[in-house]
Amino acid sequence: MSNIPAELRYAPSHEWVRKEADGTLTIGISDHAQELLGDLVFVETPEVGAHLDAGGACAVVESVKAASDVYAPVAGEVVAVNEQLADSPELVNGDAYGDGWIFRIKPTDAVAVEALMDADAYAAHLEAEG
Amino acid sequence: MTLRRTTLHATHEAAGARMVDFAGWSMPVHYGSQIDEHHAVRRQAGMFDVSHMTVVDVDGPGARDYLRHLLANDVDKLKAAGRALYSCMLNPEGGVLDDLITYRRADGYRVVVNAATRDKDLAWMRDVAARLSGTLAPVEIRERDDLDMIAVQGPAARDLCLPLLPESLRAPAEALTPFTATEDGDWFVARTGYTGEDGFEVILPATATLSFWQALAAAGVRPIGLGARDTLRLEAGMNLYGTDMDEQISPLESGLGWTVAWTPADRDFIGRQALERQQADGAHRRLVGLVLEGRGVLRGHMSVSAGEAGQGETTSGSFSPTLGVSIALARIPADAGERVTVDIRGKLVPAKVVKPPFVRHGKALIDL
Repeated sequence: MSNIPAELRYAPSHEWVRKEADGTLTIGISDHAQELLGDLVFVETPEVGAHLDAGGACAVVESVKAASDVYAPVAGEVVAVNEQLADSPELVNGDAYGDGWIFRIKPTDAVAVEALMDADAYAAHLEAEG
Repeated sequence: MTLRRTTLHATHEAAGARMVDFAGWSMPVHYGSQIDEHHAVRRQAGMFDVSHMTVVDVDGPGARDYLRHLLANDVDKLKAAGRALYSCMLNPEGGVLDDLITYRRADGYRVVVNAATRDKDLAWMRDVAARLSGTLAPVEIRERDDLDMIAVQGPAARDLCLPLLPESLRAPAEALTPFTATEDGDWFVARTGYTGEDGFEVILPATATLSFWQALAAAGVRPIGLGARDTLRLEAGMNLYGTDMDEQISPLESGLGWTVAWTPADRDFIGRQALERQQADGAHRRLVGLVLEGRGVLRGHMSVSAGEAGQGETTSGSFSPTLGVSIALARIPADAGERVTVDIRGKLVPAKVVKPPFVRHGKALIDL
């Protein structure tokens, strides 16, 4: 069973979102998503300063087997990206919710994140996807 | 459609394998980490369940002449029982129906063909035999569904595998040189493989498969899924049928010109005239290796630009765990230079043209 931390929010396309104290949002892909992809070998992060639309493709995670888009769960401006992933994409496999974070945004709408799934809803979503 | 299962299906599931549909078979793609499995084969030893591949015995007094007509390589190169030959089977247009290995046996031949092309291959082989039935001595084509196949590959593979073979085969298997085979009863051991490492491919009775697999595991041989099998063969510069070549493409454009036996000139093999025309025209494309110089991962069927020489495409690509960069096989214009660009989802990324293989016996064969 994959790990779904209770304090995070989730998008149906398997991104997670953490609300930081300064109002920014940290985003990565879920443990379930990294497991499906297998060993990651390349992560293309968005540009700092870029404006992202909710639901827009903004990063790419590539495993040995396939490339997969990462979507912005909510709209906002990119304020940081995880530079470590350039040399160590496997951080996403090893620590999807920690060192494997992908980018951080300043959301356009501070409450948009509340519309995303909570851990229980995401667990049910995974169950439904089978 | 129900997926076909090999003898070891439950064993793979119990080992935590992620099972996928491969050519109608439920097969393990990895047992946890594809990259760890890849390294295990390069550094130590791994085993692959390749029982989905099809073993076909070709026997009878007409077998030799039949195979000399059926295959682009010449089985007459097999001077003694136990020798192996890699060949393409072509259609009359010179396109590749399949690539396969033929072993010469004491009385006849054994052919191992791809799982994905099994039905097509068998129908074609029987069709050709039927067409020749008036002019050729009888040929018997027999699918060996009673046999399984396990490949054991890696620098330690032979040492770990030898003591687990039936007693009668240990000394003959130890004495095998590359691309030869030995057999006893329904056990057949060949020093061949699809990884660029040393090792054996063992064809054995399905009743013996489970205990042999378990004994290999107990000896420290890791199970390896189809995912690592693909990155290993790509590093080794070996073509995968269906992606690097198919019925529309000739061996001359697939890096396999060396497998076409042009002499003797009077050997009439299927596809010969088409290949001779292509050879005379000269201007065919070639299959090369690419090493990505920019960021990203090459995949199959990305567009390649070779400047004024024209366009081509990658046929398969991945990240190379051994080299730590992305590599690909690509079909490009024959007069392309050393530098090309590849369209990776809209971005043009530079790549260097190299001659495969990329890796052999654990070592890089190209300069990065």
